[in-house]
Amino acid sequence: MQLELSAQDEAFRQEMRTFFTTQVSPEIRETVIAGRELGRDAYVETQRTLNAAGLAVPHWPEEWGGRGWSDLRRHLWLEEMQAAGVPAPLPFNANMIGPVLAQFASQEMKERFLPPTANLDIWWSQGFSEPDAGSDLAALRTTAVRDGDDWVVNGQKTWTTLGQYGDWIFTLVRTDPEAKKQAGISMLLIDMTSPGLEVRPIQLIDGGHEVNEVWFTDVRVPGENLVGEVNQGWTMAKFLLGNERVGVAPVGTVKRNLARAKRLAGPQLGDPLLRARVAELENELLALELTALRVAAHSAGGEPHPASSVLKLKGTELQQAVSELVLDLAGPAGYASGAGAGSDLPEWTQHAAPAYLNLRKASIYGGSNEIQRQIIARTILGL
Amino acid sequence: MDFTYDDEQVALRDAVRGLATRAYGDFEQRRRTVAEDPGFSEKVWTQLAEMGVLGLPFPEEVGGVDAGPVEVGIVAAELGRVLAPEPFLTSVVLAGGLVAAAGTAQQQADVLGPLSAGESILAFAHNEPWGNPGPAARWVPTASTVTASDPDGTWLLSGVKEPVAQGARADLLVVSAALPAGGTGLFLVPGDGPGVSRTGHPTYDGGRAARIAFDGAPATRLGAPGVDQSATISAAVAHARVAACHEALGAMEVALSATTEYLRTRKQFGVPLATFQALTFRAADMYVSLELARSLTQWAAMVLATGDRERGTEAAARAGLQVSRSGRHIGQEAIQLHGGIAMTAEYLVGNLTARLTALDHLLGDGHHHLTTLAAGVGGYGALDPLAGRSEAEVPH
Repeated sequence: MQLELSAQDEAFRQEMRTFFTTQVSPEIRETVIAGRELGRDAYVETQRTLNAAGLAVPHWPEEWGGRGWSDLRRHLWLEEMQAAGVPAPLPFNANMIGPVLAQFASQEMKERFLPPTANLDIWWSQGFSEPDAGSDLAALRTTAVRDGDDWVVNGQKTWTTLGQYGDWIFTLVRTDPEAKKQAGISMLLIDMTSPGLEVRPIQLIDGGHEVNEVWFTDVRVPGENLVGEVNQGWTMAKFLLGNERVGVAPVGTVKRNLARAKRLAGPQLGDPLLRARVAELENELLALELTALRVAAHSAGGEPHPASSVLKLKGTELQQAVSELVLDLAGPAGYASGAGAGSDLPEWTQHAAPAYLNLRKASIYGGSNEIQRQIIARTILGL
Repeated sequence: MDFTYDDEQVALRDAVRGLATRAYGDFEQRRRTVAEDPGFSEKVWTQLAEMGVLGLPFPEEVGGVDAGPVEVGIVAAELGRVLAPEPFLTSVVLAGGLVAAAGTAQQQADVLGPLSAGESILAFAHNEPWGNPGPAARWVPTASTVTASDPDGTWLLSGVKEPVAQGARADLLVVSAALPAGGTGLFLVPGDGPGVSRTGHPTYDGGRAARIAFDGAPATRLGAPGVDQSATISAAVAHARVAACHEALGAMEVALSATTEYLRTRKQFGVPLATFQALTFRAADMYVSLELARSLTQWAAMVLATGDRERGTEAAARAGLQVSRSGRHIGQEAIQLHGGIAMTAEYLVGNLTARLTALDHLLGDGHHHLTTLAAGVGGYGALDPLAGRSEAEVPH
C-alpha cells in the first residue's frame, strides 16, 4: 500500500501536464473547456501534435507506436489530458479499430492502416449498430456476399458518431446467414467514398449533428479489406467493446467540469443545499477515480477487467449528474440556448441545456448501463 | 500509488481470517456468544492478543506491534466478515488510540501493555445523554455535562455518560469531561472504582452498552494537565472511523456474497431467483456500492498512515460518507433480495445489516460527514487523491 506516486511517476505526471498545457493549441483547449463544439480540424491538429510526441496511442503494441507504460501511467496520461481540456485522440482510431488491427490483422494490413490511423490521416467511423441491433449487436443484418475477389455489402448502420468526417468505416457484416447469429459475422474495412455508400445526418435532441445513418447499396469492397478470417468478426467485436469500456470513465473531464461548476456557481455556492450536492458529487467522483486507479482496468489477453463495468456505469452517471448541476446553476438563463453572441447572458448558460440533453447518450453508448449491470451480475457475481 | 497488500499484510489477513473463521465461521457460535454477557468470547480475545492483534497500533516499547492504519484496517475487515463481537474497534483502536495519543509514557506503558496482552478491556466513555429537544450537534469531540474538578489536587468526575460501548465490562474507562477552566480533558477511571455506577444492556447488533454515572469519581488525568484534548479526540476518532469503515467493508462483502448465493439457489415459480433480471440488476448495483466503498476506505487508511492529521481527518470523513451510503444500500438490499428469511435473528444477513447500522451511527453518519465536507467545497477546485486538495490546473 502506497499513497504517493513514485518520484519517477510524479515526474511523468508533470511532464504530461506541461506538454498538454503548453504544446496543444490554447484555442482548442478553450473550446473544450467552454463546452463548445469542436470541428474536424481541431481533432486532426491535436492528434497529430500528440502523435508527433508519441502521446496519441501509448497503449498500442510498441512496434506500432505504443509506449509500454504501466497502467498507472496510462491513467495519469489520460487524466492530465482531460484536465487540460485536450481532446482525446479520436476513439474510433485510437481505442477501437487500432487495437483490433494490431491484434487481428495481417502484417500487410497493419502496415497499410496503423500509421495513418495513429496520425489521424484516416478518420475512422464505427459501423456496428443497426436499427434492429442495439444492445443485441449480434442481431445485425447488413450483409456481405462474396462476388469474385470482392464483397458486396447491403444494409444500414446507424448512430455513426462524426460519420460526416469519416474517410473509412470499420463494419460488422453478416457473411454467413445460416450460422448461429454470433458465428456468421465478419469485420470489413470500407472506404467511405465507395459508390453506393451514403451518410445521412441524424439530428439529436440537443440540436446538434453528431451521429449519422450510413447506408450501403451494393457497395463493392475488395476482398483484402477483410480483417483476419471470415466469420471471426464477433471475437473482434468483443475485444473492441471491452476496450471501449476501459477508457469510458472520463474521470479527468468530470473533475474539470465539477471544479468549473463551482466557479460558475459564484454566490449560489452560499446555499448549503447546493454545497451538499457538490460535496456528495465530489466524494463519489473521488471514489470512482480511486477505483480506476485500484483496478487499473485494462485488457489482458483480450479480456477487460470485469470491474471496468463499474467505471463505465458510475462514470457516466456522474458525468450526467454534473451536467445536470450546471444546467440547474444556469436556471432560467439556460432557456436562451440559441441566443448566440448578442446575448447579455454568460456564454456558458447557453450551452448548459444542450450539454445536459446530449449527455443522456453516455449511459446508452459503449454498452448501455443495463448491459454493464448484466456484465457485473454474470461475470463478477456469477448470476 | 499502490493498492496491493504486501506479503506481511497478506499473512496478517490470512491469520486473522483463520482465527475469526474458527471462532465464528459457524454463525450459531456467534449467536451463542452474544447471547450471554459480556457479549464476546474472552477466549477469542486472548487468542487475538496472542496473535499480536490487540497491540497492533501501539509502540513496541509499551507492548505493541507498531503497525499502522492499514494493518488495523485489515484486522477490522476480517472481524467484520464474521461479525466477531470482540471490541477491537472500541477498546483497542478508539480507547487505546486515545491513550496512545494523549497519555504520558508511563500511562501508555501501564495501560497499553495490559490491553495488548488481552488482560484489560478499555472503553471510551464519551457520549452524553440528552433530552428533548436534542442537541444542535452530535458526534462532537467535546464533553459538556460530565464535568471534572480538582478541589484538593485530586480530579473528580461527575455526570452521566450514555451509551458507552462495552462500558459495563470494561476494566478501565477513558472518560472525556469538561474542564473547570474550559476545554475538554481526558481521564482514566477504573471501571469498578468508587463513585462509578454502571448499568449494562444488550444492543441491537449483539453488542453491549452501558449507562455510566460518575458521582465525584476519582480520576487520573490522561496526559499533561490543563490541555484541551478535543483535537486529540478528533484525531483518534478519525482513526477509529477508518477502522469502522473497514469493519463495514467486511460485513458488506459477506452481505453481497450471501445475497448472490441466495439468488442462485433459492427457487420460486419453479426457477432460481437469479432468473429475474429485476433482482440481478439490484445485486449489480450493490457490487458498485461495495467497490466504491472499498476504494475510499483503503485510500483513507493510506492517508492516515502519512501522519498528516488534517488530511487524515478529511479522508476519514470522505470514507465515512461513502461507507454510510454503501452500507445502508447494501444492508437494506441484502434483506429485501432475500425476503423474510433475512428478517430472522438466526440468519446471518439481517445481523450484518444490524451491525452496519450500528457502525454507521457509532462515530458519525453520512449526514454528519456531508455537513463537514460541504462547508469546505468553496475552498478548492478539484480533489486530487494523489496530492491532497489542489486547484485543477486549467486555463482561466
